[in-house]
Amino acid sequence: MSLLEIDTLAVQYHTLHGAVQAVRGVTLSIERGRAVGLVGESGCGKTTLARALIGVLPRNAAITGGRVRFDGADLLQLSGDALNNYRWRRIAMVPQAAMDSLDPVYRVGDQLVETMRLRGGLTSPQARERAERLFALIGLEPGRLRLYPHELSGGMKQRVVIAMALALDPQLVIADEPVTALDVIVQHQVLRTLRELQETLQLSLLLITHDISVVADLCDDVAVMYAGRIVEAGSVREVFAAPHHPYTMGLRNAFPSLRARSARLVPIEGYPPDLASPPAGCAFAPRCPFAIERCWHDDPALLPTTGGRLAACHRAAEADALRTQAPQAFARLETTGPQSVRPGAPPAGGTL
Amino acid sequence: MSHLLEVTDLRKEYPLQSGLLSAVMGSRRVVHAVNGVSFVLDEGGSLGLAGESGCGKTTTAKLILRLLHPTAGSIRFAGRDVAALDGSDLLSYRRQVQFIFQNPYEALNPRFTILRSLLEPLIIHEIGQSIAERVERVAGALDRVHLNPPETFFLKYPHQLSGGQLQRVVIARALLVDPVLLVADEPVSMLDVSIRAGVLNLMRELSRERKLTTIYISHDLALIRYMCSVTAVMYLGTICEIGPTEEVIEHPRHPYTQALVSAVPDPDPTRPRRPVEIADTVPTPFQLPAGCPFADRCPQVMEVCRHLRPLLLPVDAGVRVACHLYPDSTPRTAEGYGAKMEPH
Amino acid sequence: MSSSERAAALPQWTRATSTWRDALLVTWAVARRDRFALAGLVIYGVLLVVALAAPVVAPYNPQDLNYRPDGEVAANEVPSLPHWLGTTNLGRDIFSQVLFGARAALVVGFVAAFGVVVLGTLVGLFAGYYSGWVDMLLMRLADVAFGIPFLPMAIVLVAFLGPSIWNTVLVMVLLLWRDTGRVIRAQVLSLRTRSYVEAARVLGASHLRTMFVHIAPNVLPLSFLYGSLAVGWAILTEATISFLGFGDPNVISWGFMLQDAYNSQAMARHAFYWFVPPGLCIMLAVMAGFFIGRGYEELLFPRLRRR
Ligand SMILES: Nc1ncnc2c1ncn2[C@@H]1O[C@H](COP(=O)(O)OP(=O)(O)OP(=O)(O)O)[C@@H](O)[C@H]1O
Ligand SMILES: Nc1ncnc2c1ncn2[C@@H]1O[C@H](COP(=O)(O)OP(=O)(O)OP(=O)(O)O)[C@@H](O)[C@H]1O
Ligand code: SF4
Ligand SMILES: [Mg+2]
Ligand SMILES: [Mg+2]
Repeated sequence: MSLLEIDTLAVQYHTLHGAVQAVRGVTLSIERGRAVGLVGESGCGKTTLARALIGVLPRNAAITGGRVRFDGADLLQLSGDALNNYRWRRIAMVPQAAMDSLDPVYRVGDQLVETMRLRGGLTSPQARERAERLFALIGLEPGRLRLYPHELSGGMKQRVVIAMALALDPQLVIADEPVTALDVIVQHQVLRTLRELQETLQLSLLLITHDISVVADLCDDVAVMYAGRIVEAGSVREVFAAPHHPYTMGLRNAFPSLRARSARLVPIEGYPPDLASPPAGCAFAPRCPFAIERCWHDDPALLPTTGGRLAACHRAAEADALRTQAPQAFARLETTGPQSVRPGAPPAGGTL
Repeated sequence: MSHLLEVTDLRKEYPLQSGLLSAVMGSRRVVHAVNGVSFVLDEGGSLGLAGESGCGKTTTAKLILRLLHPTAGSIRFAGRDVAALDGSDLLSYRRQVQFIFQNPYEALNPRFTILRSLLEPLIIHEIGQSIAERVERVAGALDRVHLNPPETFFLKYPHQLSGGQLQRVVIARALLVDPVLLVADEPVSMLDVSIRAGVLNLMRELSRERKLTTIYISHDLALIRYMCSVTAVMYLGTICEIGPTEEVIEHPRHPYTQALVSAVPDPDPTRPRRPVEIADTVPTPFQLPAGCPFADRCPQVMEVCRHLRPLLLPVDAGVRVACHLYPDSTPRTAEGYGAKMEPH
Repeated sequence: MSSSERAAALPQWTRATSTWRDALLVTWAVARRDRFALAGLVIYGVLLVVALAAPVVAPYNPQDLNYRPDGEVAANEVPSLPHWLGTTNLGRDIFSQVLFGARAALVVGFVAAFGVVVLGTLVGLFAGYYSGWVDMLLMRLADVAFGIPFLPMAIVLVAFLGPSIWNTVLVMVLLLWRDTGRVIRAQVLSLRTRSYVEAARVLGASHLRTMFVHIAPNVLPLSFLYGSLAVGWAILTEATISFLGFGDPNVISWGFMLQDAYNSQAMARHAFYWFVPPGLCIMLAVMAGFFIGRGYEELLFPRLRRR
């Protein structure tokens, strides 16, 4: 059984302009001791999903459906002390931009100790001793516990917030964009530390990022998110070698690689739908060169395809054929622009 | 033949706002944002400036654009000293050199419609006889950056467009004055990956069709490889390696370039990588080391590196490197270095 | 669209690019969102109509003495049909004075506010745009203006320049630009580093063009905020100066009326009809300015509202 099983989880934000469906039925599972990458464009609901898992959604958000099972227990049914036994102790999170929210007037060591006392009820001496071990673990000399945040580099600050997440020996760590603001060299070092920790501590890791290369670098499995849904999931090697969903296919040609001369890049024209009024059919259809009539009104479910993989696409069965056409097909859309939503009418060039 | 752009030993210091104590002590601390940058760029060439945050890429660009005045050094454009331009010469320089900003959400006046923003360069440079002709030109420019049909964008305000569309508008605005040199500072870093390629392709097409000379700033070497024929890697305000892009990326010579190239993650999980490890100490641009700026972090540091600043000199295959591992970089005066080294 | 079609649509496109139209639209948006601001606009609207129509509507010349049918001066009359608000101790019609008072209030309020906005915005633009000695000089001037106690200085200056309504306006402009100037300068300092301002420089815009075409439209709403507050201040100050007896003796203003009433012991005689109407008018006019200012503020700094 997986450590974490998310089943059709839905989260809404209530705003002045109506409800924003930030997470629209996410299904995802994380095995013990594996690193899973969650990738997607800005605003597709990655942070919302992470916050829902750990129960720290903002006040205007509500979970409107689905289940989350952690090690057999239904997390969404828990509250109070029962929930606190999971939150931070068994599932911990490194929030997005956490390193910028370190308090500038306290020493980082004191902040780490305080976190452990608050979240884990440790006594001060226990927490201090543990803080030193944590620092050693994340590759910082314990002497740096006495420094203030501004005396640390970005990479070191990021290590400190990772230490805070590890403080209570969690089984699952959710890291939300842990390296986004860092330079490549530092990013590489932080990622390597994360990977080493994950392997030595037998952690499960959910790494959230918009950078596919980071996932390719660090993770075992990947889940691709689009407009509040998981559209494709599977092992990193397989998904990137042979994507089953057109969005993943498009992404593969959308940015250059450093280590190979790139052919002409092909963007995915258009932009994601407004989550305040998501479309009836496949959310990717307006940007998809392979959309058929059915895609415009029938929302595809995330279903197993070949090789233990999952994809949410009506044409997933034809994936191998579509993949070979993908570069030209997306390039065609680049010249004609994204298709407008015309339910019923087959979009131009939709069939092959 | 002279070069289109010649940058020679360019320096820019920013005064560091310091506390009361140092004010009393009278010490004047400065940030050496750009510290001796030299390169040349020929017409039609494309130069990539890479390097980590704070190494002085944007400052270099702004110096070239004359948005800042250099502390020392010179910039020559088509043989003329840029710092000495004024009046109509300056106006013509401004017409020939254009800039694409990092943040498209901020590069357009939020109170101007797109049409108004795009008419501005035509008004300033008195291009076009009538308002009708100018509007025609604006429509043409929007069409060239694939914003179709152009009229639908005329009366929109910046906040009504997506990031990718905005960046296209910014490019269209730069094209309206028919520039010779286009400087782009991280033009896609604020955009989502799925739409970056559109903007990159557009810039590539434009520079090919119009023989535009481009300087392309990015911390992302992969993008530079895609866009540029020449790559310069900057470290702490200086160029540590410059040469044909393929050479610099495939066979990095400077230890910093080696570390940088090896740290870039790869979207292909099957490709093997051999990372070069360097220390993650923070470089501080206000207390520059006397020797090589990279000495503190360099895995191959030697004694000479700590005392003598290496010069950016040709190594091979058209690549110039500033590193003592390549004997040409060590200044001639260094024979028997020790007491008589020049202090830096 | 073909080029001829575009030519036909041209006026529509160019009209939509006027900055001033923008500013008016913003004002309208403010009024529509905020009831208080709307009330303020309505008050000013009424004042404007009254001020324009005063010579036609007013039953008497406010300066004229009125006589009873028996030939006596109609002094200290209580409200009646011929004199809706009664008469002063010299037999002048109070209602007509109130109507004419609107003219003085509007002239003082709007001319002074206009002056404050123009001067303050110019100072703020130049100081913020050209840092260095220009900024230094202008801000030291602002410091001086801040150091001067406003009302005493206003009185001294008016006394020195002579009691005329234009001198009152001038003095207020000279003393009130400082707040606007400071705030605009701060705003310009932050706008100056925005990419779109740098973009204007890159495109070759001159300093003046950058300042007035690219930066100014973005600070105008803030100028208007301070302008609408200045309207209130100016009306109040004029009333104070007149009440203290330093006002223009040839202009009927509400402050002048209050002074007149006060000197004639109207309060002791409980002649509410004499001092309440001008007092009320001053209050409404001042409040209207602040209401509109408040509306602008909420539009400009929406966070204040949510908290
Ligand atoms: N507090 C909130 N109130 C209302 N809407 C919100 C709130 N937070 C996020 N949203 C909306 O929910 C959607 C998902 O946001 P979320 O932050 O989860 O995206 P993300 O994938 O983490 O994006 P990013 O990569 O930019 O961090 C977005 O459309 C966003 O605008
Ligand atoms: N206006 C300024 N005043 C003082 N210091 C500045 C100023 N602008 C930049 N600096 C400093 O100069 C150095 C170089 O900055 P610059 O913006 O050129 O770097 P960059 O290479 O563009 O970095 P990034 O990749 O983060 O954009 C940095 O240390 C920065 O802190
Ligand atoms: S083929 Fe259809 S279902 Fe599949 S991604 Fe494209 S639009 Fe969506
Ligand atoms: Mg997020
Ligand atoms: Mg920069």
